[in-house]
Amino acid sequence: MIKVQNLAKVFGTKRAVDGVSFSVERGEVLGFLGPNGAGKSTTMRMITGFLPPTGGTVSVGGFDIVQHPIQAKRLIGYLPENAPAYTDMTVYGFLNFAAEIRGLRGDARKQAVTRVVEMCFLESVLHQSVETLSKGYRHRTCFAQSIIHDPDVLVLDEPTDGLDPNQKHEVRQLIRRMGEKKAIIFSTHILEEVDASCTRAIIIDRGKIVANGTPHELRQKSEWAGAVTLRVKGVAASAVTSKLNLVPGVKKVTVLDEKDGHVTVRAFPKGGTNGALAAAVGEAAHEWQIEQLQSEEGRLDEVFHSITMPDTVKEVAQ
Amino acid sequence: MNAWRNVWTITKRELGAYFTSPIAYVFIVIFLLLCGFFTFFVAQFLNAREASLVRPFFDWHPWFYLFLVPAVGMRLWAEERRVGTIELLLTMPITAWQAIVGKFLASWLFLALALVLTFPVVITVNYLGHPDNGVILTAYIGSWLMAGAYLAISCITSALTRSQVVSFIISVMVCLFLILAGYPPVINVLEQFVSARAADFVTSFSVMTHFEGFQRGVLDSRDIIFFLSVIGFSLFTTSVILRTHRAG
Repeated sequence: MIKVQNLAKVFGTKRAVDGVSFSVERGEVLGFLGPNGAGKSTTMRMITGFLPPTGGTVSVGGFDIVQHPIQAKRLIGYLPENAPAYTDMTVYGFLNFAAEIRGLRGDARKQAVTRVVEMCFLESVLHQSVETLSKGYRHRTCFAQSIIHDPDVLVLDEPTDGLDPNQKHEVRQLIRRMGEKKAIIFSTHILEEVDASCTRAIIIDRGKIVANGTPHELRQKSEWAGAVTLRVKGVAASAVTSKLNLVPGVKKVTVLDEKDGHVTVRAFPKGGTNGALAAAVGEAAHEWQIEQLQSEEGRLDEVFHSITMPDTVKEVAQ
Repeated sequence: MNAWRNVWTITKRELGAYFTSPIAYVFIVIFLLLCGFFTFFVAQFLNAREASLVRPFFDWHPWFYLFLVPAVGMRLWAEERRVGTIELLLTMPITAWQAIVGKFLASWLFLALALVLTFPVVITVNYLGHPDNGVILTAYIGSWLMAGAYLAISCITSALTRSQVVSFIISVMVCLFLILAGYPPVINVLEQFVSARAADFVTSFSVMTHFEGFQRGVLDSRDIIFFLSVIGFSLFTTSVILRTHRAG
């Protein structure tokens, strides 16, 4: 549905987006990750036709956003960053306006408004002016606007920003549900969201894509992926470390904690030993009193950090 | 067909925005008060013993508009840019032109309403004497066209900035130029420095010169074209400015 090729945007001398290519098919939810100022919003603004690209192409449902903007825009629902909405209108008036400009008239318009009001839980503020809404409600109002025409493509710039934990959960569920039938791109800073709702994630840094894969694949890039945490009782940390270092497949062992005779260590695997390490470590530790033996899945935040800030990763990994 | 539907959707929204905020009421009340005050007290309409609205009423319009029209137009784009709704508006399946024309039309219709509400002065003059109502009608048309020209200029300045105040000040200055270029005292000074032809050229840009004909009851196509082309040119400039912002 969405095809982005070699997309670039230059502001003055700054290359905000620099040769980004990816595609999103129907049924996919693509998470867009990256530090602030990495070019996430700029990319989304180009996809939705707000900013003209300096180079490269975007096509939505087969329509080029520059050459056939109207046809392409019809297919897109867009939630801009900070969820802007006309403050002088009521929620109802705003949604009606959005429906009308999307070409919905009469009964179709009424039904569309009723549907999104229900989906986004806006009944209680329906006749309130947007200006007086709390941030969460304003956000949902703008979100409602983006799905009012039941678009095939949804572009959501930080859809959970400013929501409370319950609302965040609600929106993630909604994205996940809608993702079954639509092509969705959403950007976020929150890494759990990638797990909660994405089928695929892209990490973008300084205008370039630095990682692209399923959340599981991304986690595999973590040096934690497949690491084993072991807690035993009644042994000295040095003894545990030296023994585990001899286990085949172990790259290094770090002591996490040593207190009152309990020792917690973590063994990091060499490449290609995923999953098998726990058994080997368990085997080596069988003569001690094992209190905990746990295989780590790899952590997205660590991957994110090591990719976007490679120089400081070491200290954080400790 | 679809294009005008989109324009009308935008126009409706903008008109709604005027009337849900105090702007509309403040504007209309002040405009009517000013019209009444200047016509009856400053121009001494009742003592003039003349059944004509040209001097006492329409003569003031270019000056009222100087401050009032930029106040109506200043929020058109500046507010959209400040709040960020411009991003919503321009990612809807409409062209930038439809948005520009829709917004302009809304404000222009609003100004038309304010003008229409001055009808008591027309009733008064008809009650007191036998004015030439044709002249009054053409003067109204001219006044509305002139307001449109000011408004289109305010659109440009509004698109230039996020700040409504900056937009207001710049458009007042530009409109002031358009008035002064045809204001007799200024023309006299100008003629001392440049040739009569050069002075004529400057004067031809003035709204005063072109409003004059309407006040005499003449619908001169050149005057109509002047106002319409100021509007057209200004809206075009607005579209260029909006595009450049986004081109980065």
